Amino acid sequence: MEKKFGKATRDAYGETLIEVGKKDLNVVVLDADLSKSTKSYPFSQVFPERFFNVGIQEANLVGVAAGLASCGKIPFISSFASFLVSKGFDQFRMAVAFSELNVKVIGSHGGITVGEDGASQMSIEDIALMTSLPGFSVIVPCDEISARALVWETAKHVGPVYIRTGRPKAPVVHKPGTEFKIGKGVRLRDGKDITILANGFLVFEALEAAERLADTGIQAGVIDMHTVKPLDTALILEEAKKTGHILVAEEHQIWGGLGSAVATFLAGKHPCKMGFVAIQDTFAESGKAEELLEKYGLTFPAIVKTAKKILGR
Amino acid sequence: MEMLSLEQLKEKAKLVRRHIVEMTGAAASGHPGGSLSATEMLVALYFNLMQHNPQDPQWPDRDRLVLSKGHASPALYAALAESGYFDPGTLKDFRKLGSPLQGHPDRRRLPGVEASTGSLGQGLSIGIGMALARRLDQKDYYTYVITSDGEMNEGQTWEAAAMAAHHKVDHLIAFLDYNKFQLDDSTKNICDMEPVVEKWKSFRWDVQEIDGHDLKAILRAVEKAKKVKNAPAMIIAHTVKGKGVSFMENNNQFHGVAPTPEEVQKALKELE
Ligand SMILES: Cc1ncc(C[n+]2csc(CCOP(=O)(O)OP(=O)(O)O)c2C)c(N)n1
Ligand SMILES: [Mg+2]
Repeated sequence: MEKKFGKATRDAYGETLIEVGKKDLNVVVLDADLSKSTKSYPFSQVFPERFFNVGIQEANLVGVAAGLASCGKIPFISSFASFLVSKGFDQFRMAVAFSELNVKVIGSHGGITVGEDGASQMSIEDIALMTSLPGFSVIVPCDEISARALVWETAKHVGPVYIRTGRPKAPVVHKPGTEFKIGKGVRLRDGKDITILANGFLVFEALEAAERLADTGIQAGVIDMHTVKPLDTALILEEAKKTGHILVAEEHQIWGGLGSAVATFLAGKHPCKMGFVAIQDTFAESGKAEELLEKYGLTFPAIVKTAKKILGR
Repeated sequence: MEMLSLEQLKEKAKLVRRHIVEMTGAAASGHPGGSLSATEMLVALYFNLMQHNPQDPQWPDRDRLVLSKGHASPALYAALAESGYFDPGTLKDFRKLGSPLQGHPDRRRLPGVEASTGSLGQGLSIGIGMALARRLDQKDYYTYVITSDGEMNEGQTWEAAAMAAHHKVDHLIAFLDYNKFQLDDSTKNICDMEPVVEKWKSFRWDVQEIDGHDLKAILRAVEKAKKVKNAPAMIIAHTVKGKGVSFMENNNQFHGVAPTPEEVQKALKELE
């Protein structure tokens, strides 16, 4: 498959945010001294009166957003996923989720593709934490096209949403004009032997893997599972019944990510052979994004290998 | 809301204290000590200072109160009930299954509760958000936050303190219920935050220091705090934990332990 890089999902977020802010005057944006990295900075230049940089204080950031939301504002708050989710977690739990407030959370620099900055800046547990909070929708877009659409959907949705964006440029996977809905996976390739469910950077890898598998006579379907929660259980069930083999691929710790969610669902509804491509319970390190994906087994060869294993070939 | 006179406020404070004793007694759980120390502040706010409408709890222009020390919920519930948000008869259901009067305030379940609290350290941040929304919407309401000395141990308190001053957040008036006790022991023995006045001043807050059981002083301090422009206001209220019930005063055993039925009777006698 041709790898054509588009913008980073964080850039797509930043650009869309301005459009969203133009349309809805209740949108306010807050950041914790990382706006130039999370890309909320451009919004601050267009709408300075609706932007608040709170400084390096993630817990307060979340609390202030909750207060704004309780007065009818729609706060979009951002920082690195690693800091925002871990340092703001009690605040997400109490002041946002438990309080049922309409706060939009953008954790940028998700996963290990942060690269050279190393493990302290990498969030490999954000999806596990945020999906554990009742009422939160959790989204991991894979490219700029889906990121733009899902930011719009997030703005329209009433309720707390977590979006993980990525640092590096992302390969374009989707066709312009594709429709995206929170909680609805997008089928990118039809298969009959196995279905690969992926999100984030692993979607492109899954498509690449499906092509390689086709060369060996294995027909693999590929779904962009951009929403981890609510999970598109109807689509998963349909695929499980059709192919009987499910592989989940994600740039996240194997404990508590998309794979866990899919496995929990299928165990109760339609047990089938499954495999997982994810970070194997370890922290990563410094390096180039591609080097890290390879070292930690998050590339198409790993998907091909796992698929063959599930299929017993 | 009708504004009550000083004499009437004193009567309300007594009534709220009776409710606190009865509610915690009936639930055989809850936090009487910190509820009793915050009583005058809540009474002054709900029955005199705040613009609010119990018939329309979502009125957009209402003043807001965030009880950051959520374990003092009995005091808040009593004030809400006596203001007309709900029938004081339901106070007896405090902490019972299905009751809107949860152990700690739950904004989804009880109209009049502005913020769900119970995890200490969060209320000031939420109050800042409300005050920023006021500024954006060019409204005139005030946001009040009741925080506590133990809560000052939390790092988030100081994040909020710095950020509110930097962003010149006014129409934000916080009370520090300085009762000198936290859970395990006195603040002196656990984590002494002195010098407290200097701390808030150095964070560029407008600071006043009052006797937190002197209703007149509370009214006066709030009137002054309302005039502060471009800065948040902190009213450090020196209080007595367990105030109003002799055997509870400065007796931190009653931080999180309810009075027995006999103790309830004894306390109610003192509060006649
Ligand atoms: C984050 C958090 N940690 C611990 C507790 C448990 N806790 C409940 S009350 C309390 C002591 C509070 O002391 P203070 O804030 O001074 O309250 P007051 O004396 O006014 O009752 C503690 C530690 C909590 N509610 N939240
Ligand atoms: Mg105390």
